[in-house]
Amino acid sequence: MSELSSQKIPVTVLTGYLGAGKTTLLNRILSENHGKKYAVIVNEFGEIGIDNDLIIGADEEVFEMNNGCICCTVRGDLVRIMDGLMKRKGKFDAIIVETTGLADPAPVAQTFFVDEDVQRNARLDAVVTVADAKWLSDRLKDAPEAKNQIAFADVIVLNKTDLVSKPELAEVEARIRGINPYAKLHRTERCKVALSDVLERGAFDLDRILEIEPEFLDAGDDHHDHDHHHGHDHHNDHSHSHGGLKHYHDEEMQSLSLRSDKPLDPTKFMPWLQNLVATEGQKILRSKGVLSFTEDDDRYVFQGVHMMLEGDHQRKWKEGEPRESRVVFIGRELPEKTIREGFESCIAA
Amino acid sequence: MSSEQLAIASLTDRVKSVAVRAPVSAVHFLGERAAFVCAEENVAIADATGEISHVVMHGGAILCTASDDKRVVTGGDDGKLVALNAKGETSVLATDAKRRWIDNVALHSDGAFAWSAGKTAFVRSGKGEEKTFDAPSTVGGLAFAPKGLRVAVAHYNGVTLWFPNMAAKPEFLQWAGSHLAVTFSPDNKFLVTAMHEPALHGWRLADIRHMRMSGYPGRVRSMSWSAGGKGLATSGADSVIIWPFASKDGPMGKEPAMLAPLQARVSMVACHPRQDIMAAGYSDGTVLIVRLEDGAEILVRRNGSEPVSALAWNAKGTLLAFGTEDGDAGMLEF
Repeated sequence: MSELSSQKIPVTVLTGYLGAGKTTLLNRILSENHGKKYAVIVNEFGEIGIDNDLIIGADEEVFEMNNGCICCTVRGDLVRIMDGLMKRKGKFDAIIVETTGLADPAPVAQTFFVDEDVQRNARLDAVVTVADAKWLSDRLKDAPEAKNQIAFADVIVLNKTDLVSKPELAEVEARIRGINPYAKLHRTERCKVALSDVLERGAFDLDRILEIEPEFLDAGDDHHDHDHHHGHDHHNDHSHSHGGLKHYHDEEMQSLSLRSDKPLDPTKFMPWLQNLVATEGQKILRSKGVLSFTEDDDRYVFQGVHMMLEGDHQRKWKEGEPRESRVVFIGRELPEKTIREGFESCIAA
Repeated sequence: MSSEQLAIASLTDRVKSVAVRAPVSAVHFLGERAAFVCAEENVAIADATGEISHVVMHGGAILCTASDDKRVVTGGDDGKLVALNAKGETSVLATDAKRRWIDNVALHSDGAFAWSAGKTAFVRSGKGEEKTFDAPSTVGGLAFAPKGLRVAVAHYNGVTLWFPNMAAKPEFLQWAGSHLAVTFSPDNKFLVTAMHEPALHGWRLADIRHMRMSGYPGRVRSMSWSAGGKGLATSGADSVIIWPFASKDGPMGKEPAMLAPLQARVSMVACHPRQDIMAAGYSDGTVLIVRLEDGAEILVRRNGSEPVSALAWNAKGTLLAFGTEDGDAGMLEF
């Protein structure tokens, strides 16, 4: 993107349910010799066994902005800590924000959209969720926080894979994909993942939205169309198979992918999108898109968290590149029919 | 340089440049010498000739600072509260047991001082007695009342008025939202906070009447009472916003004065201690002196740099000092 955004300090949000292995990963990031210096904002001082004046304790104070909108919650302590850290600009390369296992990632992510000063200096790089291969399936049933963290993730570190059998691993992966087919997923033992797969991903960088496209395709979003009906039983999920791969549909949390190879009308699409996140933003956790507009040779990309959106012209469409628009929503009880019809109505006549 | 600046009187050639060469986050006066507080580690002390000496205060970022003309006190991310006197000597006033960041500091004219780390506010009286108060959330700002030992502790959803020497329950002034900087009017009748949202909130202390002061495009980071407390000058807009506090109703039902508009955001304000003039610093590096009565402007520093981040008069009002985010600084003698 612009020069300015590259000067902004990248921030990785590290989340994951209690005991999944966040601290293991943090300790690795802090102790490995990778030539980079990280400022780390943690919620429990004592857990990190490393002495470093760039480890800062946070209080996870979630503040509502004065307009009272629940989607405009921010982390007040983070605003303050970022302000202090900016006085030491140049002393570190990136920032990692650890959240408690029970935290909703939204207020952290929103802090980077809402707060003027934070936005001027830092950019959200990626939400990384550490998940416990053995216990995640259970937590997805009984802990809404765990589900939120999976839905929000740009990168999922599926940890403790040595503690489960192959079928169990396939099961938990299918459940993750049922909620979030778009995140990059790494299977690990003791969080042994290449740090370059976790840090400085640029997942929130509009320039790099397309890098996650292989995952878009791998996930086979055609199979995930929710326009077929299933008989529902007592379970809160259900599965079916495509070519041996198990697919889950989480009834509460879904993803929705929309495409069009015909250009969109920007005078219709932008108002529609803004209105959609304004009215349904509580349900929409994440949104991303690459758009082709009529009479516009530039690709337009956007991404959002709940009601917050940011978007920009990215670059010229390349010669021979299919000018296809693609939009993804991950959320809870998404009003699928409304969204699909709304999207269709934005296709230029 | 823009044409609007060409049209006004200029004192730019009388400014003595001070080579701080590090981002400046505040400036105070110790008598005739200016103490430029750097973003990290140092305070740079300069006299009116521009002669400069550096004093190390902290092992990291300097997060907060206050001054009473006799000393400058700073809090750092090293968990220390450090004082600097007019002789250039430093002393550690307090060290946080958990090495938490010292987020806020305030000084009382009788020698008492207050500071905060996380949710805890501390006061040490002139006699050396220490008291603590735990706020319901992280302390956003601290201020001493002009009379008596009373401390305003700003936090999420309001301000607590704490009387460290009395058994009485602290008084809680509620208003939804996150409250940061806090200040008493010099006559002790009003309390004003700068909020996380781009707005101020005020209370008339006699009857706890609320005053909402909003309409800013950006957060208010700098507030300064004009001579005699007649008005409160604020940053955050493309002109200086001055709320009237001369009457018993303060700004209730009144419009603020809007002075010295530029094509840039006001980043710092500093009212002259005796006369009805003030200095204003802008996001484009401009520094102006503004007459409060009619808004007449004099140029002190041209635009074309990072924002002005420090601005102060000495107690007599004979010297003005400024500093910028990119480490430029200057002094002007009248």
